[in-house]
Amino acid sequence: MLAAVLTPFVLALAAPAVRRWAGPAAGWLLAAGPAALTLYFATLLGPVAAGEALSFSTPWVPGSGVMLSFYIDGLSLLFALLICGIGSFIVAYAAAYLHGHADLGRFLLFILLFMGSMLGLVLADNVITLFVFWELTSITSFLLIGFNHREARSRRAAVQALVVTGGGGLALLAGLLLMAQVGGSLELSVLLTQGELLRAHPAYAAMLTLVLLGAFTKSAQLPFHFWLPNAMEAPTPVSAYLHSATMVKAGVYLLARMNPGLGGTEAWQTTLVIFGGLTFLVGAVLALRNTDLKLMLAQTTVASLGLLVLLIGVGTELALQGAMAYLLAHALFKGALFMVAGSIDHGSGTRELTALGGLRRAMPLTFAAGALAAVSMAGLPPLFGFIAKEFVYKGTLDGPAALAVTACAVIGNALMFAVACLVGFKPFLGARTATPHAPHEGGPGLWLGPLVLATLGLLTGLLFNATERLLIAPAVAAVAGAPVPVDLYLWGGFKAPLWLSLATVALGALLLWRARPLQAALARRLGRLWGPDQGYDQFLDGLMGFARAVSARVQTGSLRRYLLLGFAVLALALVSPLLRHGLGAASFAMPMGDLYVWGVALLTVAGGLAIAFTQSRLVAILAMGVLGLAVAFVFLMFGAPDLVFTQLMVETLSVVILALIIARVPVSENDTRGWGRAVGDATLAIVIGASITLILLAVTGVPLDMSLSEYFAAKSYTEAYGRNIVNVILVDFRALDTFGEIAVVLIAAVAVLGLLGPRAEDKAAPESSS
Amino acid sequence: MEPLIAIVVGALFAISVFLLLSGSLIRLVMGLFVLSNATHLLIFVAGRLTRENPPLIAEGMKVAEAGIANPLPQALILTAIVISFSLFAFVLVLTYRAHRSLHTVDTEAMRVAEPAPRAARLRGRDV
Repeated sequence: MLAAVLTPFVLALAAPAVRRWAGPAAGWLLAAGPAALTLYFATLLGPVAAGEALSFSTPWVPGSGVMLSFYIDGLSLLFALLICGIGSFIVAYAAAYLHGHADLGRFLLFILLFMGSMLGLVLADNVITLFVFWELTSITSFLLIGFNHREARSRRAAVQALVVTGGGGLALLAGLLLMAQVGGSLELSVLLTQGELLRAHPAYAAMLTLVLLGAFTKSAQLPFHFWLPNAMEAPTPVSAYLHSATMVKAGVYLLARMNPGLGGTEAWQTTLVIFGGLTFLVGAVLALRNTDLKLMLAQTTVASLGLLVLLIGVGTELALQGAMAYLLAHALFKGALFMVAGSIDHGSGTRELTALGGLRRAMPLTFAAGALAAVSMAGLPPLFGFIAKEFVYKGTLDGPAALAVTACAVIGNALMFAVACLVGFKPFLGARTATPHAPHEGGPGLWLGPLVLATLGLLTGLLFNATERLLIAPAVAAVAGAPVPVDLYLWGGFKAPLWLSLATVALGALLLWRARPLQAALARRLGRLWGPDQGYDQFLDGLMGFARAVSARVQTGSLRRYLLLGFAVLALALVSPLLRHGLGAASFAMPMGDLYVWGVALLTVAGGLAIAFTQSRLVAILAMGVLGLAVAFVFLMFGAPDLVFTQLMVETLSVVILALIIARVPVSENDTRGWGRAVGDATLAIVIGASITLILLAVTGVPLDMSLSEYFAAKSYTEAYGRNIVNVILVDFRALDTFGEIAVVLIAAVAVLGLLGPRAEDKAAPESSS
Repeated sequence: MEPLIAIVVGALFAISVFLLLSGSLIRLVMGLFVLSNATHLLIFVAGRLTRENPPLIAEGMKVAEAGIANPLPQALILTAIVISFSLFAFVLVLTYRAHRSLHTVDTEAMRVAEPAPRAARLRGRDV
């Protein structure tokens, strides 16, 4: 099973080479891979229908309990067959459609990568595996939508799809992890048997929202439906494959998969039915508004996804049967119709419905495929679309709010009927119109796929018993979580679904008859309406504007502001522990007796104050010398002779260097701050200084851990043979620190040399500074 | 004597913050000088003060007698003094170099890498 998932990835990596080596035959060669996979999965049909479930598992990130595990039941098998079966025709079709395109190799690479990701997604058992493949499909979709990356529209559509589906993916990850946490397992096959536990848990609402966000963004449900029509910027094979038959169904797959775990509650039912129903109607209306074949099909895809979500939401056994039947029917007819639209575009040079007519002579095979698929989409017998529609109605009649939901389904299906006839028949019938190219039939790659898919739509309808036993019943059992008796039929007698079908056809025919004025009216009315697509732009603009505003405010480029902010935070960090914990056992005892100490302390502070307030550069340099010496005295008085030597040397050097440099910078070092700023800065400075004093007192009030110092005092002579403990620490116990210190000095010296060296810009300087 | 030196430390910190905020690179370097001295004293006081009894092991003894100054902060400060001297020299020369290239020591006037906010906003919109 792992081999099955890996095959498309291996093929993908080989695709560019195969394309160079085999030329025109590359499409057929590469299509053989998915075709073989289809056969492999077909051999599993019997065992799975008999109730067997196949699984495969290997440790992936064993530390976190993440397994690379796959699981095949009726639902995943149905999807796997669609992915590989349609995929093989798509690969052949793409090679013919993009015949001679410079980047065909890359295109085949992407599409095979996608195939592998999608296959992994539907077969995944571990939630992490599921998520990784889920995101892979988003990324490959991004690459494929943006395939014509020189077009700004393609780039925008690609980024939009990635933002929407990727964002949903993150929500999904959170939802899945939450489920795993509550259910106690990362394996879906275990998790989904814990339905009771999941639904009763307080976090159920969070899980549901997060998982639904993932599913709704991926499957283009309202209000995230806008990315899917935009994704039609991709080459047609992509639209046929990703954006009708497979990837957008990932959301539906997820919902169906989660049904035993999360489904059945009132929240689940209400949300799915409302969002699905609205998406269904909006998609169907928008489909009729457009006149571009691909856009019409894209909008009907949105509508169909809405219908599937609605049916899963209704959730009764009959509704799930309707969902699975419609899923299969839709994949077959929509994939075929997209390819037909692409062939029309390829053969005649336009996809504009109003500009097309009378192509039946020039493109007879495409016509046959289009007509057959359209009849299935319209839901007429004996095609599988009809059976699916019967069960859709049985499902909606069976569920809650049956009247409203059924009415919604009838209206939507009538609109779909009209669109199906417009897309499948209008370009081929009537008088020949002038098209950019003389219309011609493409090679076998272009017509074989749609024809086979459309024919399958007919065969699955005629052989409904086999379809039921091998495909629909196992899938429904997987979604419902238990075997469900399924009884598909072509003729069910004069019962409610049949009457509803007849009403749908009648209403659809009426819409079709008035299609032209209706389309014009819709285009006029809906043309300037605000939609989520504009909302997406506004959101992104707002985000960018917000980011600019924030960085303009926070990153002003003013060093003073950065320092002010830094010191303000420091003041806060110093004051708050003082306020919370007080001073503890701090002592303020200051014996007056030691006059030396008082003198040195006063000298130190006086030196500091002189640096800060003098107006003379010379005084400032001298004051720095005084400060340095005074500190050296402090070290001297408190038993640190080594520090005194170092301090004296370093301070002397510092003052000398400072005097040398300052003499070369002929500007006033006077304070240029106004009074107001100076007082504000001084206040901040005093707050920081005072809190440091207080904290230091609090620190000296608690006992000091001397163990390290005692260790050094005890071992200094006995182990390192040195009598000066400080020196021994520096050159022996902590020799590496000292080594680092020497390196710092060296680097600073090299940097100073580099900075003092001659520079090109010095010559251009208007004034000489030395 | 810790409280007295602690007050000195606080005063030096306040002076250095005041200098660092001034906006002139020369005063900033001076602020850095005061800051490093204040920090050394801070570490010194935190390790407790002992009068006139350096951490040496007397001739003929194998271990130090009780009551010596704490050697550990001294070792740390010794390293810190040398490193802050390197930093001081480097920053000083950097100031000199900045003045030669930009002809100013006013940090608000140095806008080569980060232009003034208004200009930045306008430029961002064009991109």
